[in-house]
Amino acid sequence: MTALLSLQKVGKRFGGLQAVHDLSFDMRQGEILGLIGPNGAGKSTLFNLINGVFAPNSGNIVFNGIDITGQRPFVIARHGLARTHQIVQPFTNMTVLENCTVGACFGRENLPLMRARDAAREAIVIAGLEDRAATLALHLTIAGKKRLELARALAAQPMLLLLDEVLAGLNPAEIEHMIGVIRRIRDRGISILIIEHLMQAIMSLSDRIIVLNYGEKLAEGAPSEVARNPQVIEAYLGDPKLAEQLQGHAEQPASNGSARHV
Amino acid sequence: MDSPITPQAMETVMIRRPSVRGAAIITRPFFWLITLVVAIFIVTPAIGNNVELRESLLLAAVYITLASNLNLMLGYAGYINFGSIVFFGLGGYICVWLVNSYDWPLWLALLAAGVGVSALSFIFGIGILRLRGPFFALSTIGIVEGVQAFVQNFTPWGGSSGIYISPAVFAPLGGPARALWVVYFALVAVMGLSLYLSYAIKTSKFGLGLLAIGQNEDAAAILGVPTPRYKALAYSASAFLPAIVGGLYFFKGAFIQPSDAFDLTLSTEAIVICMLGGQGTVTGVALGAYLYEELRGYLLTSETFSHFQLVVAGALLLLIVLFFPGGLMGFIYSRFPRTQRLLE
Repeated sequence: MTALLSLQKVGKRFGGLQAVHDLSFDMRQGEILGLIGPNGAGKSTLFNLINGVFAPNSGNIVFNGIDITGQRPFVIARHGLARTHQIVQPFTNMTVLENCTVGACFGRENLPLMRARDAAREAIVIAGLEDRAATLALHLTIAGKKRLELARALAAQPMLLLLDEVLAGLNPAEIEHMIGVIRRIRDRGISILIIEHLMQAIMSLSDRIIVLNYGEKLAEGAPSEVARNPQVIEAYLGDPKLAEQLQGHAEQPASNGSARHV
Repeated sequence: MDSPITPQAMETVMIRRPSVRGAAIITRPFFWLITLVVAIFIVTPAIGNNVELRESLLLAAVYITLASNLNLMLGYAGYINFGSIVFFGLGGYICVWLVNSYDWPLWLALLAAGVGVSALSFIFGIGILRLRGPFFALSTIGIVEGVQAFVQNFTPWGGSSGIYISPAVFAPLGGPARALWVVYFALVAVMGLSLYLSYAIKTSKFGLGLLAIGQNEDAAAILGVPTPRYKALAYSASAFLPAIVGGLYFFKGAFIQPSDAFDLTLSTEAIVICMLGGQGTVTGVALGAYLYEELRGYLLTSETFSHFQLVVAGALLLLIVLFFPGGLMGFIYSRFPRTQRLLE
């Protein structure tokens, strides 16, 4: 089994703070891998390391057989790695279609403008924004902007998509819609690495989960295993009610709409 | 350029639309609109040998070229460049020097000025384009001062007293009177090229990348836009035609000195023009340049306002930034949304 994404003893320090410490994991092609952990556990830093916003202080990151350690974000994007931002970053004075065309133009396929627009249209349909294609990003709701983040990343036709809290700030109906979108993206053969605080959502979406705490891997495994892991419950989740909630979910998957924010 | 959304800011929303369109450029109406403007510039003063009109349009062509090229950085990539005058001044120096000291034909000297200044800007660009926002703007002022100080002490270019051109250089162009016409037509051609270039870039993938950089540079890089290369290319491209215009302008005047060649006023005026017309638009910037030149001409010649044009320019800039951030085109687009389809 060759991994699509492989991290080998990756470390990142900010001054005295060791944000990510000797972290190693592999990700398979076609997998949805969930990344959870309390605030400050190093999840977003990890995303920034993978897509080149920061260079790691130690270790290697190999994507699709290519060593991308310390490469610039626009180089990594060309290799077929796209991401969304926790805080949305739309091009506000461009329409939804134009936003997505940027993604398609400069993504993995490096498409010419005309064909990029077709790819952008397709991504817009998948993200469920087709009636907003001519709207300026500025005028979208938060849910719309989150979907735009997704559509724009998708338009790049990536092999791996990093989703940073795409469900945060959405209402239950919007969350349900977004989960449907994420599943549709996976069905197209795109691997997904997802950070999410909504436990029920991430537990039901992910094939596998990695728990981070203080920049280190605390646990790794199937959602049900992770939810039962006493180390995770005691040392990391702490709150017994939350543990109960997770275990309850692992045994009988709840409907998406009732996902509660942790 | 993240800013809170105010009612005025809504107006800027109407502009900066990158056209995602694929048809060959010659089949588009806007191409022919530019051609029409160029034709008007060529024909009207030629009828009846109207020298007064020619001089007025010549200045307008200079302003349109400078502002259109500045717009590549300011309007597209979102980088405020106070140093556009350096392209103009250095181009002037290189051209005048080659023509005067080495008897180069004007055309070759102009080409050398364009290529030389462009190449130099690319190198400067790689350095200073690491800076953003106000820091970039300040560094461009530094470049103006630095280059001016260098030229003032550079003996081959006559130091602070500059270079006078001997009237003999006009001979190959058919004497001074005809040379003025030749220079004028060349200037109009460069103006036309500037407008075509602005339009071609705006409707290209390169332009889309620049507009993305202008809106959110970090997000653009993460989507795969090669930001350092694109910015340096835009900076370098925005130097080429202004350098040629500088060459023509100072060749026509037969004299160049550092205080004229590197006068920060012209840089500021180019910025005012972009803001006045609507940064990021091709039409607006050209229209803004023409209107500004007319206004300037009026203020300079009127008795009450003599040498008052900078005060007016300053007040104008303040008013635009406060009340019409989208400039002239922002206003037109919001009043007549259909114009967005035709006027880039």
